[in-house]
Amino acid sequence: MTKQHDKQKPNNYYRLLTRNMLLTIIIVSVMPMILISGLILYQFENSYQEKVHAHLKELVLKHKQNIDTFLREKLDNIRFLGISFSFDELKDEDFLRDRLAGLQQVYGRVFVDLGVVNSEGIQVAYAGPFKLGRAVYSDASWFSTALQRDYFKSDVFLGLRGLPHFIIAVRENWKGEKWILRATIDFVAFNNLVENIRIGQTGFAFILNRKAEFQTKPLLELVPDREPYMGFLRDSRNFKDGVRIVEQDNSTGHKIIYVAAVLKHGDWLLVYQQKASDAFSDLGTTIRITLALILMGTICIVTTAFVLSRKMVARVAKADRENELMNDQIVETGKLASLGEMATGIAHEINNPVAIMVEEAGWIEDLMEEEEFQKGENLAEFERALKQIKTQGRRCKDITHKLLSFARKTDSRIQDVSVNALLEELIMLSEQRAKYSNVTIHAALQENLPTVRVSESELQQVFLNLINNALDAMEKIGGNLRISTQMEESHIIIGDHILIEVADDGPGIPTVNLAKIFDPFFTTKPVGKGTGLGLSICYGIIKKMGGNIEARSVIDGGTTFTVKLPLPKSEEGNA
Amino acid sequence: MSMANVLLVDDEVPFVEAMSRRLKKRDISIVTSFSGSEALDVLEKDRNVEVAILDVKMPGMDGIETLGEIRKRFPLVEVIMLTGHATVETGIEGMKLGAFDYLMKPCDMDVLMEKLKEAVAKKRRHEEKIIEARMKDITTRRA
Repeated sequence: MTKQHDKQKPNNYYRLLTRNMLLTIIIVSVMPMILISGLILYQFENSYQEKVHAHLKELVLKHKQNIDTFLREKLDNIRFLGISFSFDELKDEDFLRDRLAGLQQVYGRVFVDLGVVNSEGIQVAYAGPFKLGRAVYSDASWFSTALQRDYFKSDVFLGLRGLPHFIIAVRENWKGEKWILRATIDFVAFNNLVENIRIGQTGFAFILNRKAEFQTKPLLELVPDREPYMGFLRDSRNFKDGVRIVEQDNSTGHKIIYVAAVLKHGDWLLVYQQKASDAFSDLGTTIRITLALILMGTICIVTTAFVLSRKMVARVAKADRENELMNDQIVETGKLASLGEMATGIAHEINNPVAIMVEEAGWIEDLMEEEEFQKGENLAEFERALKQIKTQGRRCKDITHKLLSFARKTDSRIQDVSVNALLEELIMLSEQRAKYSNVTIHAALQENLPTVRVSESELQQVFLNLINNALDAMEKIGGNLRISTQMEESHIIIGDHILIEVADDGPGIPTVNLAKIFDPFFTTKPVGKGTGLGLSICYGIIKKMGGNIEARSVIDGGTTFTVKLPLPKSEEGNA
Repeated sequence: MSMANVLLVDDEVPFVEAMSRRLKKRDISIVTSFSGSEALDVLEKDRNVEVAILDVKMPGMDGIETLGEIRKRFPLVEVIMLTGHATVETGIEGMKLGAFDYLMKPCDMDVLMEKLKEAVAKKRRHEEKIIEARMKDITTRRA
């Protein structure tokens, strides 16, 4: 239960670690990207807007100048006509027709007709396509205005002919009488000036008079809301550079850019309008591309962060597991070490009483040799008992000595030891015994192994123990003992090492016992045969050397002991 | 004259008692002491002692220290070390300091007797040589 609980915890911990890492990577990477992109986009939008505004302003200003120039030019033509020729001359319709033909020859069909009107408002002469001779203008609104000024340009109106047009009128004096030379400007020609302003899909221009009536034909059918134009008309005097740019939402909910410029000294207004979305269509594209890039970047970052954090945490988890394993081993070693210390203490304490007991038994034995005892009926029994005491005393001695060697410092001089030579020697020593047990020893020793720096006698003790154990295991049935050595690369804890295996094909060790074989005093041999210290001594020695010893076993398949001995750190010295 | 004059030194009183009883029975005259310093005092008083049996592990002055002291002050006395556990180290150290031999505790009486005999023999041989040398010295002087 507790173990499961313990294992559950790290899982949560790693999940949390993964999540934190993921979030950190994403936030740290995505935030700057969004901030930078946003800032750049904002700056770009601003400057782009400014550029578009400037461009539109320029455009409108240029057309305003064009239109002004056009109007002035036409006016000047008429004024020139009025000054150059007298009322008498112009009264002659043929003469007037010649003048119109002349004008039309130079300026095209901009001038539709010419008329001479006397102070009563009666057109005394007319040249043009309409039959307007003797027309009476005394009630026309333009006539009264024109009479009061040197010259006059009218708004667009239908007039007598019933077609939209506007007129230019010049007032002259002849013999104290005022008369007016009137010219009609072709609406189509004038309209072209404005109609040519065409940008994008929704950009177009038109001209309004002070009553917000269209002076040219707006291209798009309708502009339902006059309000913005009225606004321009109201403060047209305050236009800076004669142009104003305003962006506002119209009644249909679209954002519209209005560019307005005054014409004819404030009588007319040139208005250009375009949907903002159309004007800034490039900006829209840029924003869409940027957003797509940010999205793609974010996806990349999230994917990378996900994979990366997974990998990192997997690595951390692996390191943790290894660490735990090492901790377990350290705990195990520590446990054995303290057990060893305790064993040493106990051995010392027990040794003296045992020695005394043995000596006292010896003393009784000595006394038994006296004659009086020799006659005793229980003599044989006494002798047997004393012999047993001595035997058991010796056994105690053996145990304490083995206990002491568990932690003692025998010949612990560290030297360069050739593992192969050591094993060959041991095999030779064990061969006789192996023969009796019907065991064959096979050695597979890798040649040219580097030496290890350990205590030779301790290493001898370890392998003698392992070989003896294997022979013990196969004592009754016989079998094969395989001893092999080989080089192995980098192990996480002990680095490059020599791997030695001692394998028998005896009866094997049950799993229950396998976990305990390195514990002191653990033995399966009958009482009096083994102390249960051999393997724990081996364990202590190998651990002290910085190596590792492990056992694996299959029931009826034999047992294999694996010993790993670390190589010295600097290999050049031992090559 | 007994087979040998032996001094037995060990802090374990019952051990000393049992041991001395057994050795006495084997015709060895024995004196005992229960610490290193006491052993030196005994040696000072009793010049007959030929062999000292020294326990290595004793409180106060330990076996190795006592051995060094004995070799210095009574060079002719042979010393047999008794160790609780046979370690090559203590053995070698003892031998280096001039011990005759070392034995593991508890030791076999026969082995101990054997060692004792050898030690006494060695000591007596030494003494004889010294006496011989002195006699030679005296005779040559007279001549």
